[in-house]
Amino acid sequence: MGADSIINLKDVRFRWPGRASFSIAVADFTVQAGESVLLLGESGSGKSTLLSLICGTVLADAGTVSVGGTDLKSLTGGSRDRFRAEQIGVIFQQFNLLPFGSVADNILLPLRFAPDRKSRCSDPRREAEALCLALGLPKGVTGAKAATLSVGQQQRVAVARALIGQPPILIADEPTSSLDETAQSSFLDLMFDQVRAQGSTLLMVSHDPRLADRFDRVVRMPDIVTVERQAA
Amino acid sequence: MILRLAAASLMARALTVGMTVLAIGLSVALFLGVEKVRTGAKASFADTISGTDLIVGARSGSVQLLLYSVFRIGNATNNVTWESYQDLSSRPEIDWIVPISLGDSHRQFRVMGTTSGFFEHYKYRQGRRLAFDEGVTMDDLFDTVIGHDVAQSLNYSVGDPIVVAHGLASFTEHKDQPFRVSGILEKTGTPVDRTVIVSMEAIEAVHVDWQRGAKIPGQTTPVDQIRQMDLTPKAITAALIGVESPLQTFALQRAINEYPEEPLLAILPGVALQELWGIVGIAETALLAVSVLVVVTALIGMMATIFSSLNERRREMAIFRAMGASPVAILGLLILEAILTAAAGAILGLGLLYVGLFIAQPLIDSAFGLFLPIDPPALREILVLLTVIAAGAIVSMIPALRAYRLSLADGMTVRS
Repeated sequence: MGADSIINLKDVRFRWPGRASFSIAVADFTVQAGESVLLLGESGSGKSTLLSLICGTVLADAGTVSVGGTDLKSLTGGSRDRFRAEQIGVIFQQFNLLPFGSVADNILLPLRFAPDRKSRCSDPRREAEALCLALGLPKGVTGAKAATLSVGQQQRVAVARALIGQPPILIADEPTSSLDETAQSSFLDLMFDQVRAQGSTLLMVSHDPRLADRFDRVVRMPDIVTVERQAA
Repeated sequence: MILRLAAASLMARALTVGMTVLAIGLSVALFLGVEKVRTGAKASFADTISGTDLIVGARSGSVQLLLYSVFRIGNATNNVTWESYQDLSSRPEIDWIVPISLGDSHRQFRVMGTTSGFFEHYKYRQGRRLAFDEGVTMDDLFDTVIGHDVAQSLNYSVGDPIVVAHGLASFTEHKDQPFRVSGILEKTGTPVDRTVIVSMEAIEAVHVDWQRGAKIPGQTTPVDQIRQMDLTPKAITAALIGVESPLQTFALQRAINEYPEEPLLAILPGVALQELWGIVGIAETALLAVSVLVVVTALIGMMATIFSSLNERRREMAIFRAMGASPVAILGLLILEAILTAAAGAILGLGLLYVGLFIAQPLIDSAFGLFLPIDPPALREILVLLTVIAAGAIVSMIPALRAYRLSLADGMTVRS
């Protein structure tokens, strides 16, 4: 593990509880602080499981998962949840937002669980509004109900939510898969602008190799993750 | 913010949540309604008689005597002779004694023969005396004082004529001896409101041409002639007694119960009332149990609704988890939602109760003589509402624990 590594997985093995037929193994995977890494992999290559391990929502059966120099296994359940809220902003593939909440509710949600991240925002509502404007969303959108936005707008709100309070790591799980090509490009431009502005580390998962040029490094899932499937 | 999100989440599922709230609301209204009727009936019964130490009638059951003499429910199996009544009246322990004679009716209302002492000594609701809304007590032999409900439902006023029917469900009327309304009593919330009161002599007067319960064929004594007759009663149905000293009550009761001339029964109204509660207690408990079961059913319905929504909400929970919410926070969120739902149901139930009371109060009062006061929620009712909310939180723990396990198992995997 290098001095500047922000994510490191070493000799990790994991099997989903109740799903004995599927397990993954990661020998060594490191992401440096400030780096943008694209994880390329097909469906079923263990991408979501890898992200769950990095986020600490599941714990490795063997090996170590370190984030920001902290071994996630050394944290209790509650402190691991808080650690995730403080350190990591997450963007899902789609259906990122709580549809019944306003845009502001959605963007400010992680701050509810991350006091340090919240303390970095002098005025969270104003910062949410500023992030929305920077991501090309219309002025005053924070008051709108999330369900009323287009899919592209919802993805941008998800970026704003992931970036609010400047978490050091941004994890994006195929955030462009539900967007058309033009919207994809514009979305990625805006996301990268903000990630660079904040100096965050970006780990993005996709199955689209055309995105590779935008990243500092591209990692193919089969190169780092071994998926084992047993007949049920 | 979490409370607002929980409320917004519920609003997003307005139809199913609304149905759950309605089910809880109706069950709470039913439970509180049953409680209201139960406590109202008890209060109403307890308020009916006050200041009367003993009630005397022919020997039967104490509850039966209480029911027919005070509540005008059922009939006496036998009468007390006037001689016995006179004999009792002369006892030194007795401060006052008021005879009552029942048997006849006017429309659906009971006719009660008594003396002016009834207006003086009968007390209800912690010692309140009867008061006249209009007119005065009976001056003439064929004067009658009617209760508030009699006047209201039959639209009578002072001076109106009344013809009394023989017995309770008879088509034979004492039409040759019509009465005149001399007074209308103020509302009491007791059976007096539904009583037509005449003098003891008037009861004798209307039965001059009757023998053994049947009219003597072809005999019609003119009213003027009746007025000249000795109308001393031959028997009474019961008598209300006030004793000189409360210490003498039990001794007098024993003396009356051992009266050698005639089998009599003296009861303490409060004790007989307790006996009555003992009899109706089983039905009361059964009614309460049914209404509790209705509330439980509604809460189980809420639990089923939460369960059925869990799968479609796994994505929502995964978002919360990704944002840093712990599985315990997910558990808490679902319980909070259940508390909000149960609280909305409880408040709706309370609202439905008051709307129902507002509509049904006059109908219940006129149909059953049961006055249900519309008071602010009592501590007991508030406790019931809080219990329903707490029970809602408890039953929601089962689906909430499932959500907890799901959120642990799902990790960052957002499933639709």
